[in-house]
Amino acid sequence: MNDVTTPILTLRNVGKRFGTNQVLKGVDLDVQRSEVVCLIGPSGSGKSTLLRSMAFLEEYDEGEIHINGQLLGWQSISPRRRASRSRLNQVRSSLGMVFQQFNLWPHMSALGNVCEALVRVKGLTRSDAERKGRAMLDKVGLAEKADAFPAQLSGGQQQRVAIARALAMEPSLMLFDEPTSALDPELVGEVLQVMKQLAADGMTMVVVTHEMGFAAQVADTVAFLDGGHIVAKGAPRDIFHDTEHPRLQQFLQNYLDRNAFWQDLKETPA
Amino acid sequence: MFDWPTFLESLPLMAQALVVTLQTSLVGLAFGFVIGIAVASMRLSPTPLLRRLGGAYIFVFRGVPLLVQLLFIYYLLPRIGLPNIPPIGAAIIGLALASGAYIAEIFRGGFLAIPHGQLEAANLLGLSPWQTLTRIKVPQAIRLTLPALVNEMILLIKASSLVSVVGLADLTRVAQNLAASNYLFLQTYLVLALFYCLINIPLAGLGSLLERRLGRSA
Ligand SMILES: Nc1ncnc2c1ncn2[C@@H]1O[C@H](COP(=O)(O)OP(=O)(O)O)[C@@H](O)[C@H]1O
Ligand SMILES: [Mg+2]
Repeated sequence: MNDVTTPILTLRNVGKRFGTNQVLKGVDLDVQRSEVVCLIGPSGSGKSTLLRSMAFLEEYDEGEIHINGQLLGWQSISPRRRASRSRLNQVRSSLGMVFQQFNLWPHMSALGNVCEALVRVKGLTRSDAERKGRAMLDKVGLAEKADAFPAQLSGGQQQRVAIARALAMEPSLMLFDEPTSALDPELVGEVLQVMKQLAADGMTMVVVTHEMGFAAQVADTVAFLDGGHIVAKGAPRDIFHDTEHPRLQQFLQNYLDRNAFWQDLKETPA
Repeated sequence: MFDWPTFLESLPLMAQALVVTLQTSLVGLAFGFVIGIAVASMRLSPTPLLRRLGGAYIFVFRGVPLLVQLLFIYYLLPRIGLPNIPPIGAAIIGLALASGAYIAEIFRGGFLAIPHGQLEAANLLGLSPWQTLTRIKVPQAIRLTLPALVNEMILLIKASSLVSVVGLADLTRVAQNLAASNYLFLQTYLVLALFYCLINIPLAGLGSLLERRLGRSA
């Protein structure tokens, strides 16, 4: 079931509605082992909803999502019956997620954040968990911050702790929802650097991002979400250079204009 | 003038009564905390029935005066076929039920102040609802509401003076008895007041100390 050819993650015709607002309108996506997929799209196009559905933080109400061949969240599809908590946890045990707002627990140290689930969920002894937790913090370059509390860390550092916390559970798939959007510009690089390293190590990743440079450099596949559909998908070169799709062209043009604007400002003599 | 010999003579009795007041208040508070966390969780539950039950609990036990609750537990429950409860039991039950209602409201506010994303992270990492409650929600809610919680503890210890109504030899009851026999009303009740301050001033101090210590890590 876990051979190289089966996708780690498959979405088939996934739909999600909030009341009368149909946010996802039949999304299909396959993510292969070690593939990095970047999801781009205008604000409100449903990127977060799609990513959160992949973790069943949103209950998608149409279609199917499979992780490692196992149906996510539902015990049966028609009629839709929710899977038991233990079943859900089992299916998504191979999944780690990183949020825009870090979502660290502020009353625990960096190490405490990383160790909590290792002890409570994986059943590691405190000392084994701490050994592993320190290794994870080391991996994101924060070995010396193990005892710091989130409030004592910069946004970039907090996000790296959040990545370490997710990695400690040894996921085979990592989801990132705009991991750098809440960061001051000068802190974005250190987080992207950790993610690049992760991709280079072969981690399977789905990343919602506005960092087109990152997408161009690291993604195997870029998917453009608009109006609840994936309207364009392909290698970064095809998406960023050779696209014929009018909405995508417009989206990229907006992005370029915005950055050109900053470029102009920088070049304007004082 | 202050009658020192009578005061010294009464000290052993007052000390004993202090222990009774502390015991009933603290045990009542401990149960009140458990009730409060449970009721607050019910109030925030996605299940409408639980929400309504939690709301009804708070309505009753915050709405009915503690004195009436105590009389009810001690005198009326045995009448409807329930076993007799010793005074200390009735006192603890009464204090626990009433403080539970107030603590529930405090904790509800505390729980609501925790960003939802933190709970999603806990859920995704596989923590059970119980683990999320005890490891993530309660520790943070305590930090966030510490002033209100300390305030509630002080109010409860003062309210515990009402338990004398079920015949428990607490500070207030013993002071009343002493005053009735030595006729030094002013002096005896002054001493009584000092005893309550003796409990509550260190408690308030402990509260602000904790607040400062926990504030550093939160
Ligand atoms: N919990 C929710 N309840 C109701 N509507 C929501 C909820 N979450 C998202 N939406 C709506 O779904 C749409 C897509 O939102 P989102 O997935 O956050 O977009 P994006 O991440 O691409 O900016 C928006 O119109 C938003 O208002
Ligand atoms: Mg979003």
